[in-house]
Amino acid sequence: MKKFNQEERHTVKIILNGEPVEGIAEPRLLLTDFLRHEIGATGTHVGCEHGICGACTILVNGKAVRSCLMLAMQADGLEIDTIEGLADNDGRFNALQQAFHENFALQCGYCTPGFLMTLSEYLKCNPDPSIEEIKIALSGNICRCTGYHEIIHAALDAAKAMRKI
Amino acid sequence: MKPPPFDYIRVDNSDEAVELLAEYGDEARIIAGGQSLMPMLNMRLVRPQVLIDIGCASDLGGIEKKGKVIEVGATTTQSELEGWSNLETNLPLLAAAIPKIGHFQTRNRGTVCGSLCHADPSSELPTCLMLLSGEMELKSKKGTRRVKADDFLIGVLTTAKQVNELATKAIYPVVQDGAKYAFTEFHHRHGDFAVVCIAGMAVGSTIKLAVGGVADRPEVREWQALEGNAIDDALNDFAWDMRGSDDIHATAQYRRELVRHLGRQVIDNLSIQKKNGLAK
Repeated sequence: MKKFNQEERHTVKIILNGEPVEGIAEPRLLLTDFLRHEIGATGTHVGCEHGICGACTILVNGKAVRSCLMLAMQADGLEIDTIEGLADNDGRFNALQQAFHENFALQCGYCTPGFLMTLSEYLKCNPDPSIEEIKIALSGNICRCTGYHEIIHAALDAAKAMRKI
Repeated sequence: MKPPPFDYIRVDNSDEAVELLAEYGDEARIIAGGQSLMPMLNMRLVRPQVLIDIGCASDLGGIEKKGKVIEVGATTTQSELEGWSNLETNLPLLAAAIPKIGHFQTRNRGTVCGSLCHADPSSELPTCLMLLSGEMELKSKKGTRRVKADDFLIGVLTTAKQVNELATKAIYPVVQDGAKYAFTEFHHRHGDFAVVCIAGMAVGSTIKLAVGGVADRPEVREWQALEGNAIDDALNDFAWDMRGSDDIHATAQYRRELVRHLGRQVIDNLSIQKKNGLAK
């Protein structure tokens, strides 16, 4: 058993996009805020902060989760992947980002990190999804610009491109 | 939209958790996946002094078949159960219902026991537990007890779990010989809370339905040799007897219509499965 006092600040270590990093967190700090304010990884966006909009979606041990519904303390020792880790090593877009770029699947871009991280896990589990399946997979991410059609097309294109890798 | 301050205690096993519950009582809350509790903390609807994280407890995970039941540990996520290779053969009802719980991202963290303890009247897992007459295992410093679904689910966000108790297992009875199962729900958008969800089973000439989202907990009714127009009358009676009320999602009248309509869908689905079963 380990107790963490509410007034004190505690060290949290995570593996962020393959690199070990650490920061300081009080028990109530959300994982989203830990990533953004402690680590400085501001690619993960904060939307509703109660699990509805999906903007803050990241991968925890490879699984897509809402980082606003997790405490930084709960992530201690875990592998976290965020939007910052998606691009290839030479800085070029990966297949998923490229498909979003080519299909105009973003406008203001606020929701985009969440969509990309959601699809990062989903397309690994289902490499050849139907439109209907993509709609269900993306139902937990809200976009207020695109009307979703471009995003769905991007997801289909990305799946196709990723099947060739 | 940030949680209020609390002490955070990470426990290594269930004994430590119940020890803490005995000490702090209703000042403490248990967190596992946090998919119900974290929104409530963020919106400051709950203000625990102590948050007890059972996520790393060594004795609370797993899915185990024991005789005629499946025991699901407190830290087992909905995704783990959804991906369990024996789910379809042992719990076809849950295989149909789990994909309808929230989104896959919330099922990746949300636990089966957490959803049952949250006891939202429209949620899928409590409705299925009621239909299958499952049980919850509750542990306190004094020992463990098992509570039948009917006694466990009391009302809106209310269960028989005492403040000094930890839910350690959900116990779902496996498929009965010759029984057919079906699940359906209506929601405004995929992943939203269901307005009405219905789980059904047919064994011989008995039809049993559990309806979530109308009364203040899932309600169950059973009929013998129900056919033709009698089905619609029976569903109509059931819909009225649950005394649903109006809220921002739907009126009571609309909920009755959903019970009649979805109830018919489930019963038709069950009878088609039966016919197909006989044809084999």
